[in-house]
Amino acid sequence: MPHAEIVIGIVLFWLAVGALGIIRPFSGRAVSAVLFPLGAAGGIALAAVALAAIGLPATQIVLPLGLPDLPFHVRLDALSAFFLFLLGATAAGVSCYAAGYFAAVKDGSAGITCLQYHVFLASMALVLIADDAYFFMVAWETMALSSSFLVTTEHRDPEIRKAGFIYMLIAHVGAIAILLSFGVLASTGGYTFDAMRNAQLSGGWATVAFLLALIGFGAKAGIVPLHVWLPEAHPAAPSPVSALMSGVMLKTAIYGLIRVTYDLLPGVRWEWGLIVLVIAVVTTLFGVLFALMQHDLKRLLAYHSVENIGIILIGLGLSMIYVGTGQPVLAVLGLIAALYHTLNHAVFKGLLFLGAGAVLHGSGLRDLGRMGGLIRVMPHTAFLFLLGALAISALPPLNGFVSEWLTFQAALLSPALEQGVLRSIIPLAAAALALAGALTALCFVKVFGVAFLGQPRSAEAGRGHEVGGWERLGMAWLGALCVVLGLAPVWVIEIMDPIARDLLNNSLGFTGAAPQWLWLTPVAPERASYSPLIFLVVIVAVVLLAFWLVRAFYHGRLRRTPAWSCGFPGSNARMQDTAEGFAQPIRQIFSPVYEVEVHRPDPFDRAPRYSAEVRDRSWDWLYHPIARATVFCSRLIGYIQVGRISVYLMYSFVTILFLLAFVR
Amino acid sequence: MSLSGQLINVLAAILLLIAFAMLSQRRILSLIELYAWQGVVLSASTFVVAYSTGQGDLYFSGVLTALLKVIVLPWILYRLIHRLNVRWDVETLINIPTIMLIGIALVIFAFNLAQPISAMAGAVTRSTLGIATACVLLAFLMMITRRKAVSVVIGFLAMENGLLFAATSATYGMPMVVELGIALDVLVGTFIFGIFFFHIRETFDSLDVRHMEKLKED
Repeated sequence: MPHAEIVIGIVLFWLAVGALGIIRPFSGRAVSAVLFPLGAAGGIALAAVALAAIGLPATQIVLPLGLPDLPFHVRLDALSAFFLFLLGATAAGVSCYAAGYFAAVKDGSAGITCLQYHVFLASMALVLIADDAYFFMVAWETMALSSSFLVTTEHRDPEIRKAGFIYMLIAHVGAIAILLSFGVLASTGGYTFDAMRNAQLSGGWATVAFLLALIGFGAKAGIVPLHVWLPEAHPAAPSPVSALMSGVMLKTAIYGLIRVTYDLLPGVRWEWGLIVLVIAVVTTLFGVLFALMQHDLKRLLAYHSVENIGIILIGLGLSMIYVGTGQPVLAVLGLIAALYHTLNHAVFKGLLFLGAGAVLHGSGLRDLGRMGGLIRVMPHTAFLFLLGALAISALPPLNGFVSEWLTFQAALLSPALEQGVLRSIIPLAAAALALAGALTALCFVKVFGVAFLGQPRSAEAGRGHEVGGWERLGMAWLGALCVVLGLAPVWVIEIMDPIARDLLNNSLGFTGAAPQWLWLTPVAPERASYSPLIFLVVIVAVVLLAFWLVRAFYHGRLRRTPAWSCGFPGSNARMQDTAEGFAQPIRQIFSPVYEVEVHRPDPFDRAPRYSAEVRDRSWDWLYHPIARATVFCSRLIGYIQVGRISVYLMYSFVTILFLLAFVR
Repeated sequence: MSLSGQLINVLAAILLLIAFAMLSQRRILSLIELYAWQGVVLSASTFVVAYSTGQGDLYFSGVLTALLKVIVLPWILYRLIHRLNVRWDVETLINIPTIMLIGIALVIFAFNLAQPISAMAGAVTRSTLGIATACVLLAFLMMITRRKAVSVVIGFLAMENGLLFAATSATYGMPMVVELGIALDVLVGTFIFGIFFFHIRETFDSLDVRHMEKLKED
C-alpha cells in the first residue's frame, strides 16, 4: 500500500526539479525545455496515484521531521486523494503550458520562477496530505509565500508589488484565523488531526472553531468580502500561475473547509450550512456581476473565480444543511455536487486563464477594448477558449453543466426539510444560481465576441500570432478533461463515492442496474435524469441535419462579402460593439450594486473620450474604515513617543519602580 | 559583627556615596574618575566576600572587575572624550539639588524594598542589598537627567556596577559563566557606544541627546 509514499516521492521530485532551476547549467533554456515538462510528468503521475488511492482505505505515515514532540503526520484518504487528483491533473496541463510560456522569458528569471512554481506545487500537495495542525500550517504558509512570490514575478512594476502586498496581507489574516480555529480544536486533545477527531468539543466552541475556519479558508477561497485580493493578484501574476492559483490553490481552501467541518468537528449543524449558503449566494452574484463589468480579461476571469467559489459553497452549504437536519442522501448529493464543481472549475478556469495568457502572449493584449478578430490569427487558442467558455457557462454536454445541475437537484429537493425558513430560503439560492449561470453565459458571449470575433480593434490584435506547441498542448489537455468530465458524469461520481462514504457514511448508491452508465440519476428516475451522451448525439445530429438542409435546399454556394453596415459607407473596427457597451444594460439594471465613475465628454471637447470605471464597494465599506482605524490607533500610541531619550528612560524607570513597589 | 561584615558595610557605604557624587558631578572627566573608584570599591568588596566565605571563584571575579572596570573601561572612556573633545556636561535637565532630593527618596524606597529580603539574608551581607538597589536606581536617575550621550553611557555602566554588587553581596556572586558573559557584554557595549558617539556627532554636530528628537517621525 505505498500510495502515500509515492505521493511524498512526487513532492520531493517537484522540489528537486524546482531546485535544479536555480543551478547554473539548468537555469538557462533547459528550464522551459526540460524542467517544466518534468514537472508536468510529475503532475500526471500524481493524478494517476491519486486515482488509484481514492477507493482504498486511509493510510497514515509519521515522517521523521518536524518538532521533537510533534513530528509531521501524513494521511492519505479518499478526500485527500480526490484533491490530489485535481492538483495533479491541472498541474500537468499548466506545467506543459508553462514550458512554452516561460521560454519567452529572456532576462534569466525563469530559473527562479521555476523554483517558486515547483515549491508552490509541492506545498499544495503537502497541504492536502497533512494530518496534524502544525504540518498543515507549515505547508499552508509555504503555499501562501511561494504563490505570493509568483504573483510578484514582475516585481519592478509598483502596481504588481501592491497586488502582491494585498494578497499577502489577506493570506495572513486568513492564516491567523485558521491557526486560531486549530487552537480551539486542539484545546481538548493534541495538534494531530486524529486527536481532534476524537475530541469532544462543546457546541459553542465547535461553532467558534467552524466560524474561524470559515473566515480563514474563506479568505483564501475569496468569499465576499474577503475576495479583494483575487482581482488584484490574478492579473498581476503570469498566466500559468493565475491558472494554478485560481484552479488549484482556491480549492485547497475548499478542501480545508470540508476537512475541518466534516472530518474534524464533531457534528455538522444546519445553522452553519445556512451561514455558508447565504455567503455563497452573495459571493456568486457579486462575482458574476462584477465580472460582467470588467474589460481586463484576467481580472474578469478572477471575478469569475469568486463566482465559482460561490457556486461550490452553495453545494457545500446545502450539504451541511441536509446533514444537520438528518437527510443523509441529500447531504451526499450536495457534497458530490460541490466536489464535482470544484474539479470542473479547476479544469475550465485553468483552461481559460491559459487562454488569456495565450492571447497576452500572442498579441500582447489584456484589455478587451483593444482585441477583436483574434480567431483568424490564433484559431486553436480560440477553439480551446471557446470550449472553456462553454464549460464555465454551464452548457451541456460539457462539465460545468453537470455540477451545476447536481447543485440544482440538491436545492430543488429542499421540500423534504421540516424547517419552514430553510424551505423558503433554499429555492432563493437556486434562483440566484440560475441567474448567475445566465449572467456567466452573457459574460462569455461578450468575451468571446469582443476578443475573438469581429474586426481587430488595434494594430496589435491584427498582428497577433498563434502560440507554440507546448502551450497548445497544455490547453488541449485541460480542454479534453472538460469534455471527459462532461460526458462521463456517472463514472466520475462513482469514483467520488468513497469520499461520501468516508465523511458521511452514506452514498448515492447507484450500483448494479444496467443502463446506469448512460443516465445520471442522482435521486430517483421519476424526478430527474441527465444523459450527456444522448445530448451530444442529438446536438451533433441537429447540427448535421441543419447543415445538410442548408446545403440541400439553399443554393449551396458560398459567397464572401463585407458585412452589411446599414448602408453607411466605410465601416471600421470602432463601430463594433464594445465590452462596456455590451454589458451596459446589466450595469443599468443592477446599478445599486456598482459604484460607477463615468467620464462623459462635453460637446466642445477636441479629443472626446468616454470612460466608465466600476469600483468595488467593499473597499469603501470595509477595508478603508479598517485602515483608518489602524492609523488612528497608531497615532494614539505615537503620542507617548516624544523622541527624547530621557523620556524613554523615564518610562522604563517608572515601570521598574512600579513593579518593585507593587509586584514584590 | 565580624570584621569582614563591617568592612563590607563600609565599602557599601562608600559605593552609595560615589553614586551620589556621580549624580551631582557635571565634569565628565571627574565622572570617569568616580566610575573608576566605584570599580575599585566593587572589586575590594568582592575580595572581602571571597575571603570571608572562602569561595575561590570570587577572586577571579574580583580580578576581572578590577581589570575591566578600573583600567580598561575608564581608559576607553577617557580616550573617547579626548577624541570627541567633550569636557563638560551642560545644564542637567533638572537642577542638582532637586536631583539629590529625588535620590534620597529613591534610597529610602530601595531600603524599604530590601528590608524583607535582608531580614532573611545571611549576617555578612545583611544591609548591602538595599544599598545595591539604591545604586542601581541612582544610576538610572543619572541616565535620565543627563544630556550628553557620554554621561548617559557612564550612568548605564554604573548601573551595571550596582547590579554586580547586589549579586556578590546578596548571593556570593553569580555563576562564573554569567559573570564572564556580562563582562564581555559591557565591554562590547562600550565599543558600540563609542562608535555611536562618533556617528551622533557627525550627524548632529553635537553629543547632546536632545538633538535626537529630530529623529522622531511625525
